[in-house]
Amino acid sequence: MTKRSLAGAACGLMLASAGSIFAGAALAQEKAIKVGVLTDMSGPYGDVGGAGSAVAAQMAIEDSGMLAKGWKIDLISADHQNKADVGSNLAREWIDQGKADVFLDLLTSSVALAVNQIVKEKNKVALISGAASSDLTGKACSPNSIHWTYDTFSQANSTGKAITKAGGDSWYFVTADYAFGKALERDTTTVVTANGGKVIGNAMAPLNNADFSSQLLQAQSSKAKVVGLANAGADTANSIKQAAEFGLTQGGQKLAALLMFITDVNALGLPAAQGLEFTESFYWDLNDKTRDFANRYSKRVKNGAKPTMVQAGVYSSLIHYLKAVETLGPTTDGAAIVSTMKSMPTDDEAMGKGYIRQDGRKIHPVYLLQVKKPSESKYPWDYASVVATIPGEEAFRPLAQSECPLVTK
Amino acid sequence: MIPLLGITTQALFAQLLVGLINGAFYALLSLGLAVIFGMLNIVNFAHGALYMMGAFFAWFLLNTLHIGYWPALLLAPLGVAIFGMIVERTMLTRLQGLDHIYGLLLTFGLALIIQGLFQNYFGSSGQPYPVPDLLKGGANLGFMYLPNYRAWTIAFSLAVCLLTWFAIEKTRLGAVLRAATENPQLTRAFGVNVPRLITLTYGFGVGLAALAGVLAAPIYQVRPLMGADLIVVVFAVVVIGGMGSIMGSIVTGFALGLIEGLTKVFYPQAANTVVFVVMALVLLVKPAGLFGRKA
Amino acid sequence: MTDIAPRAPAPHASAPSAKTSTELLAIAGLALALAAAPLAAYPFFLAQALCLALFACAFNLLVGFGGLLSFGHAMFYGSASYVAAHAAKVWGLPPEAAILAGTLGAGLLGLASGALSIRSQGIYFSMITLALAQLVYFIALQSPYTHGEDGVQAVPRGKLFGLIDLSNDVTLYYVVLAIFLFGLFSIYRIVHSPFGTVLKAIRENETRAISLGYRVDQYKLAAFVLSATLAGLAGATKAIVAQSATLTDVHWTTSGEVILMTLVGGMGTMVGPVFGAFIILAMQNYLSTFGQWVMVIQGAIFVISVLSFRRGLIGEISNRFKISL
Repeated sequence: MTKRSLAGAACGLMLASAGSIFAGAALAQEKAIKVGVLTDMSGPYGDVGGAGSAVAAQMAIEDSGMLAKGWKIDLISADHQNKADVGSNLAREWIDQGKADVFLDLLTSSVALAVNQIVKEKNKVALISGAASSDLTGKACSPNSIHWTYDTFSQANSTGKAITKAGGDSWYFVTADYAFGKALERDTTTVVTANGGKVIGNAMAPLNNADFSSQLLQAQSSKAKVVGLANAGADTANSIKQAAEFGLTQGGQKLAALLMFITDVNALGLPAAQGLEFTESFYWDLNDKTRDFANRYSKRVKNGAKPTMVQAGVYSSLIHYLKAVETLGPTTDGAAIVSTMKSMPTDDEAMGKGYIRQDGRKIHPVYLLQVKKPSESKYPWDYASVVATIPGEEAFRPLAQSECPLVTK
Repeated sequence: MIPLLGITTQALFAQLLVGLINGAFYALLSLGLAVIFGMLNIVNFAHGALYMMGAFFAWFLLNTLHIGYWPALLLAPLGVAIFGMIVERTMLTRLQGLDHIYGLLLTFGLALIIQGLFQNYFGSSGQPYPVPDLLKGGANLGFMYLPNYRAWTIAFSLAVCLLTWFAIEKTRLGAVLRAATENPQLTRAFGVNVPRLITLTYGFGVGLAALAGVLAAPIYQVRPLMGADLIVVVFAVVVIGGMGSIMGSIVTGFALGLIEGLTKVFYPQAANTVVFVVMALVLLVKPAGLFGRKA
Repeated sequence: MTDIAPRAPAPHASAPSAKTSTELLAIAGLALALAAAPLAAYPFFLAQALCLALFACAFNLLVGFGGLLSFGHAMFYGSASYVAAHAAKVWGLPPEAAILAGTLGAGLLGLASGALSIRSQGIYFSMITLALAQLVYFIALQSPYTHGEDGVQAVPRGKLFGLIDLSNDVTLYYVVLAIFLFGLFSIYRIVHSPFGTVLKAIRENETRAISLGYRVDQYKLAAFVLSATLAGLAGATKAIVAQSATLTDVHWTTSGEVILMTLVGGMGTMVGPVFGAFIILAMQNYLSTFGQWVMVIQGAIFVISVLSFRRGLIGEISNRFKISL
């Protein structure tokens, strides 16, 4: 019977291709490590993490020197499209099929929170670099994950505090209408009021809204000294560009981009971005080590971009993970690896010295940067100067305020 | 200053004006869609991607050939129109006589391809495009600061919209075009090359999308996904106006800008959704849209 | 109205028994292959694929047999998924009750939205369903029960009828397979019932159906509600399988994806959408490592299908071998 065999054959073919094989969990005692980079490759944050994060992970594998010692390290990367369900499905699949023991990057908070749960359930490791929500080391903290690079608290705490202390004591927010934007606004509000400032109001903007003129007009007529942009990616770039167009800065108001990456500065161009203050946990032009790291990185990506703090965080976290596994010997016990990581101080080319707290928060200095004027920029990607270096203990949320159940008080 | 529903009339004026400016973009884009639908019976889902191509075309002219904004205003729509006509010749003609949905599905696929390729090449964060020197700065209207460039977009797009309407509804060329859609065989019998006319029409509609892209370049980031979210809204505009109705799409485009502007003040979360509420309401009362002739 | 679902040619119309028997055989073959599938492939992936396949079949019921192209079917899939997730997680209902709740919810939504949209025709029908789906998306985005872009996470799978533990992926797969086959068989029965025949008559020539005295709108509405309910069954099951309900499920791109699956597999064929769903999913799965190229390849498939493959995979096969599948 034609159709039956046809149907059967077609189906078998598809299934064979669909599910791949049961690779089976790698033999525990083999000196093998499987690294998975889960990030946004095709969406609005593709330049912040994306293919660059996979390059950074590859560099960490090579720099660790473990390949020469007989370790076999596999790297797999995929696009989670900023969707929590796609991310958690991929994570589940990689774990079940033995394709990944450690998850890196995890851009956007909704994906990170979803993957976090699966990683905990299956006792693997998540090293979160791209996601912002401070809940990851708060009520959603886990013995299997470390929040590596930055969070909404540290961003708010450094940019917010610096600007309020410098006299910007009345604020108006333009906020992206989703959890991340609201968290950023909430954390910044706390910092502003704690430092004697006040918040006059806010205007919400739906996600992926191209036109901010309505919100910016409201900010303008509020007469607040500072307009805080609680958004990210293309939204930030668009609102900065349009704020210049509507003459907010000429009118004496100051813009505060609460989350901005070096790639955003590149996308905006210095004429539109000059003078903006923003906070990063990594800047490529800090010292010889970061410059060396950044130059090696740019040679391997198209258009010669410099790494963002997210990509640097991927590198830094994987270096530390590999060190911990090397100390422990071959194991796939995620919780054990994470607790070893917490017990060792961190040190790498990109992010320098630091350590990891009980609640899974990686502590390192953060930098308050200012975008240079076009005339001050001397070479490609010479975009910012360091205004202040804030010690990690000051920048991140104090352990005493943490809602994380792992913290023994 | 008389407060009204919590905001001053001055602020309300400002919001309405800003809404009208956004409406100018909706009008230009939906006009192109309406022209294409009216003449080709194709729902052009690639419109957003072609709008993006227009903006990138202008960016490319500036950054590699150092050709500025004003020539780009002509060259970019021309370039994209040629691309569109090639697409029409090679693919869309093969769908003649089939249901609408095949045209919609084909152009949807095209949009994915175009956006995907641009994203691979340019990344996602986009490129800056400066406001032309002549239109820098702005004027203080008392109730708001109006950037010159925004004033220009509204005037320019209004002019283009009205010219298009005039050309299609009031000139001989327009009459031939309309005849060609009503009855292609008969029009051909009068010695008109109908397939060529259709190709040129598609090129024109697509060119309007690219023109909107060039207009948008100095305001928004020039990025591969800039048209992806816009397309669904613009669709709604065309449907509200009545598919294929030229005047309907122009009026609805501007009106929707105003409504959106108001929504941003009173219930900003719904600003992206209000258009669909309007669409559902309009279709319930008038199933063929506001200016539509038949269902 | 032009024919939007090219099907196997006329001879079968005169031999309905041969037609139904080949369709039944196709379903049986599919069932056998799917029953053996966990031996070759990853069951969690398969279970999810089955949910989407059922969704595509439900969609196909409306477009392939009713001639109504809805551009908002994700609203049924997604809202059922939210209702089921909420029922299982917050109310603590067992999985069968959660799935039932989700399915019923989608059915009610189908009744309301169908009553609003069914009067419009052609592209207007597509657009009004899109508008309604956008409203549902907005509610999903703003409502406190849906948790914005985080979605409802960590939905418990629980025990089916208090007995069968669904936390095992293989067990879960067979339960989903049973649900899927129930759905597919229902569609088969609907299509070959007198009701289905009238529906096809309306698709072919609506004015004639009216002149024969059929209340066309009632038939269309019934088809719409049935399709919505089955799409809801698929969405609710998916919530239990993936243990989550998110905005993706209600987004308009999901409505686009289900069209793609149906188109690739074959509109108006019985088993085509199932193949379409598997092909698209397998492709996405494989291409996810290529990151940025997924969009381009998916677009290319759309274009190729429309230009030279309009009957879809199964539609082409059934046309070539003159059998109904």
